[in-house]
Amino acid sequence: MRVQESYPVDVDAIRADFPILQRKVGGDISTPGEHDDDDTPLVYLDNAATSHTPEQVVDAIVDYYHGYNSNVHRGIHHLSQEASVAYENAHDRVAEFIGASGGREEVVFTKNTTESMNLVAYAWGLDELGPGDSVVMTEMEHHASLVTWQQIAKKTGAEVRYIRVDDDGRLDMEHAKELIDDSTKMVSVVHVSNTLGTVNPVAELADMAHEVGAYAFVDGAQSVPTRPVDVEAIDADFFAFSGHKMCGPTGIGALYGKRDILDEMQPYLYGGEMIRSVTYEDSTWEDLPWKFEAGTPPIAQGVGFAAAVDYLDDIGMENVQAHEELLAEYAYDRLTEFDDIEIYGPPGDDRGGLVAFNLDSVHAHDLSSILNEQGVAIRAGDHCTQPLHDKLGVAASTRASFYIYNTREEIDALVDAIDTARELFA
Amino acid sequence: MGIGSDMYRQQIMDHYKNPRNHGRLESPTFTHTGENPSCGDTITMDVQLADDGETIERVAFSGDGCAISQASASMLTQRLPGTTLSELEAMDTDDITEMLGVDISPMRIKCAVLARQVAQDGAKIHDGEIEIEQTKTEDGDD
Repeated sequence: MRVQESYPVDVDAIRADFPILQRKVGGDISTPGEHDDDDTPLVYLDNAATSHTPEQVVDAIVDYYHGYNSNVHRGIHHLSQEASVAYENAHDRVAEFIGASGGREEVVFTKNTTESMNLVAYAWGLDELGPGDSVVMTEMEHHASLVTWQQIAKKTGAEVRYIRVDDDGRLDMEHAKELIDDSTKMVSVVHVSNTLGTVNPVAELADMAHEVGAYAFVDGAQSVPTRPVDVEAIDADFFAFSGHKMCGPTGIGALYGKRDILDEMQPYLYGGEMIRSVTYEDSTWEDLPWKFEAGTPPIAQGVGFAAAVDYLDDIGMENVQAHEELLAEYAYDRLTEFDDIEIYGPPGDDRGGLVAFNLDSVHAHDLSSILNEQGVAIRAGDHCTQPLHDKLGVAASTRASFYIYNTREEIDALVDAIDTARELFA
Repeated sequence: MGIGSDMYRQQIMDHYKNPRNHGRLESPTFTHTGENPSCGDTITMDVQLADDGETIERVAFSGDGCAISQASASMLTQRLPGTTLSELEAMDTDDITEMLGVDISPMRIKCAVLARQVAQDGAKIHDGEIEIEQTKTEDGDD
């Protein structure tokens, strides 16, 4: 059927941009980069952990190193100026991508989502939180925010509260209303759950935070790569995401913050690049966002990050989202054919592009090992949501997560590989 | 065939599905429990020593978890009787992979060695060398 074969994005053309998808796996892993003894085609379904990098992004990084590699902001020489322009423009480009009208002044480049979270926790939380204050999170929070606020709360005497997740994997919004009160100074919530696939009503939660005078921090690690995101429509005060989950390189992420708030905050890291003037006695800080980017920043990665955003915008984020939802629903439907598979989270037509599940009587780590033997790359473990797994009553789950280059055939390969495990353990 | 290509050979699956010496000993000389926190594998080893207080006479295990951890425990209960506590102490990871007869991928090694670690820690507690409630392997999950 023709309709069955079509996709919201041009999968064949996209796959051609990702050479790694053509490789085989299964050989000796102790010699990375040597693939002579690999014999099994790769089916890569671990995109929520990291996405692959298209040639266009690799080319942008190569162009930087071959053409204008230099340190930024320090040199008057030509190369340094070119590098500075590219690195600064990358901030504007990423800001535009998420609807931050303040441009570069509202986008701090960090190492990743986790560092973005820690930046706010240390630069704002340590100063502003104290006994009697609360930070409200969700039970489906990733360790990146859960552990960070938990530990900052311990240091400051603040309380952490978790909005309940119901049996369908959705937030109990009545519970949220109970928890977000006058003591609340921060509401830190995950946009798309990396385990349940739930898409949370973050705009509504931001409103609830603002009603009590609290800030709203949205963890967008799984949302920015997979759907159109407008931080101003959400009215998030802070918003964090990572480059490597959205076709960009590792080692770079972003923190969006409303300009007024970032202005008020003190730096989190001190050193070079972030100062205006220094005496032996005191120092003053650079303008936004540089006051939060101490030391030589990830310049090549910043250039690559902007190229990744260009790449995704060319495809169109509405199309990316439609493709994600199509694959999520297809995977959900295929996996629910089997009574011995338990899927966590909301139904297939109401979730982000990932499915976490368990196969009865086969431990998630055994399952992932057997899938690996058949070339299927998925993730088994707690996906950095250990308390959520405790709540679900399982130590681990198996997660398949999709991106722009994945196909229904790859999900079929997953289902076939699961069948092999089922037979082995029968 | 490289690492991870053939981890679930018949012997492993046989020990997983039909574990040997599964259960508890009536009067073990020492007993100890351990877990892999990230995997949820748990294993309790009961060890009974001969009158010389050094030679292992009988071993039983109980617990649950992945096939690698449980099969490894099952095989160890057959391997240990007749050996001494100091021989147990000397067992390393290579001895375990040799016993299992398959290449264990790096991410799964801690599953494979859990039973050995539990037995070794149990012996050390018995000898008064260490004092711990439970063995926990390093948590290296994502």
